[in-house]
Amino acid sequence: MLNALLLMKQELAVVAIIFILLILKLGKDRSNVTFLNIVNTLLLLNVVAGFFWNSEGVLFNEMFRTNPLMILEKNILSLGTLIISMQSYSWLKTHKHVPEFYILLLSTLLGMFFMISGGNLLMFYLGLELSTIPLAAVANFDLTKRQSSEAAMKLIISSAFSSGLLLFGMSMLYGTTGTLIFSQLPAALNGSDLQIFAFVLLMAGFAFKISVVPFHLWTADVYEGAPVAVTSYLSVISKGAVLFVFVSVLYTVFKPLAGAWYNMLFLLSLLTIIIGNLFALRQDNFKRFLAFSSIAQVGFILIGISGSSQLGSTSVIYFVLIYIFSNLAAFGVVILVSAITGKESISDYKGFYKTNPVLAWILTIALFSLAGVPPTAGFFGKFFLLMAGAAKANWMLITIAALNMVISFYYYLRVVKAIFMDKNEQPIERVAMPLMPRLALYVCIIGIIATGLVSYVYDYIHSLTAPF
Amino acid sequence: MPIHYYIILAATLFCIGVIGVLTRRNAIIVFMCVELMLNAVNLMLVAFSKLHYGTYLKNGAMGASGIDGQMFVFFIMVVAAAEVSVGLAIIVMMYRNVHSVDINFLNRLKN
Repeated sequence: MLNALLLMKQELAVVAIIFILLILKLGKDRSNVTFLNIVNTLLLLNVVAGFFWNSEGVLFNEMFRTNPLMILEKNILSLGTLIISMQSYSWLKTHKHVPEFYILLLSTLLGMFFMISGGNLLMFYLGLELSTIPLAAVANFDLTKRQSSEAAMKLIISSAFSSGLLLFGMSMLYGTTGTLIFSQLPAALNGSDLQIFAFVLLMAGFAFKISVVPFHLWTADVYEGAPVAVTSYLSVISKGAVLFVFVSVLYTVFKPLAGAWYNMLFLLSLLTIIIGNLFALRQDNFKRFLAFSSIAQVGFILIGISGSSQLGSTSVIYFVLIYIFSNLAAFGVVILVSAITGKESISDYKGFYKTNPVLAWILTIALFSLAGVPPTAGFFGKFFLLMAGAAKANWMLITIAALNMVISFYYYLRVVKAIFMDKNEQPIERVAMPLMPRLALYVCIIGIIATGLVSYVYDYIHSLTAPF
Repeated sequence: MPIHYYIILAATLFCIGVIGVLTRRNAIIVFMCVELMLNAVNLMLVAFSKLHYGTYLKNGAMGASGIDGQMFVFFIMVVAAAEVSVGLAIIVMMYRNVHSVDINFLNRLKN
């Protein structure tokens, strides 16, 4: 009994936090500041507790399984959630519905945990839905803004459509194999046409969630319309969770179809990198810009996955960790600036260094890491991804990816140029940094520098991943 | 009855749903079409579940019993209901802000 509880410790912790928040919400009125302090303390405890009492095993006839790698992935996600929660302090301080925000957000986190741990197509599907449906409600959180409800509408329609495709694929997979359990599927997969078709549909469902190019159309609109904190959650945490599952599903369940999915990944990653980069070149809204840059980043991740080796899964998890730190540092600055001044376009950031030197440096380091400039962790992340992809000796793919890294320098450094060099009559005024967002930004910067330079992080992830 | 009929029916329903989502402009009808897609999947799962149950009866303990497919259907129904309830709530919010449920009006977010 105790062992079963320990296996599900992270899920139980999130459920406990949700219930504590419900009780607090029903109790006497508290000011937003006390409430935010309580929530952030609980989330911090959740992250810390995630590192202890690790165990390995399966529950409920393999519906739920856990191992140190999954625990690490969940810890990465809880850490990201904590950082976002601390960063959105300035935004939520004056908001009317803080408890609801956290309850919805944490239910999506719970869904992601179950999705990562699910050992059955049913459990995986339920986790996926639990992680997307509340997110649409959260995207509508600026209740009076038209853009916000527009974003929520687009998110719920595209996610419902994509889960429809996913389910159709699953039903055909069930029809041809007769099982839903992940550990029994590989033996039953023989590469028949119907199975390949089912796999294509499943892949389309996944591609929607991680916004791979033919299925990326919702991304920019949703990112622009949703509140900034929700945008950063969408682009980092929910994308990261689906990527973790994507790697593990491709490398274990669909291993017999490796030949088929290598070709698909090859095409998708090329399209994703090129189109993501081309559209990022001409954006002026900061959130749209980060949306397209995140599409391009997913393209690089797909190259890493296509390597189909232990290096592939290691480098993907490592890159997602780095991506969480660097993207959250960039979004943290945008959240702060937009909460206080309401400015969200890149041209507003001209002369940002004059008024906010610290924030300007943080944003610059984050953009350097996203672009992949050597001392930051982003360089090592992308290097390992390309190394993993190069194992297949598909030099055309690697060359195009490397060329696209050069293109991406242009648009990342364009922002840096605007911050440091361009003159502006009315620069963004000095933005106050309360303690919590400041701490969160410092954690991100330490993460950006440390994950690259301390090789222990990479080695630790490598020791947990299974050989292909 | 052979399984082909069920599969063809389900695939047709699914295609109608997909075409509806891609072409219709009324948000409520789009949600109906998503429901149609999900129900096509339900039909397919039940049909396959019966198929696997048949092989289970023939081969004894060798095949899968086919129960999990039917169980899956219940969960899909529950999730679809949750999805639509959130979706309708968002449509209400959209109607308040835009005064329309036509998704052609959702073009404020363009550069």
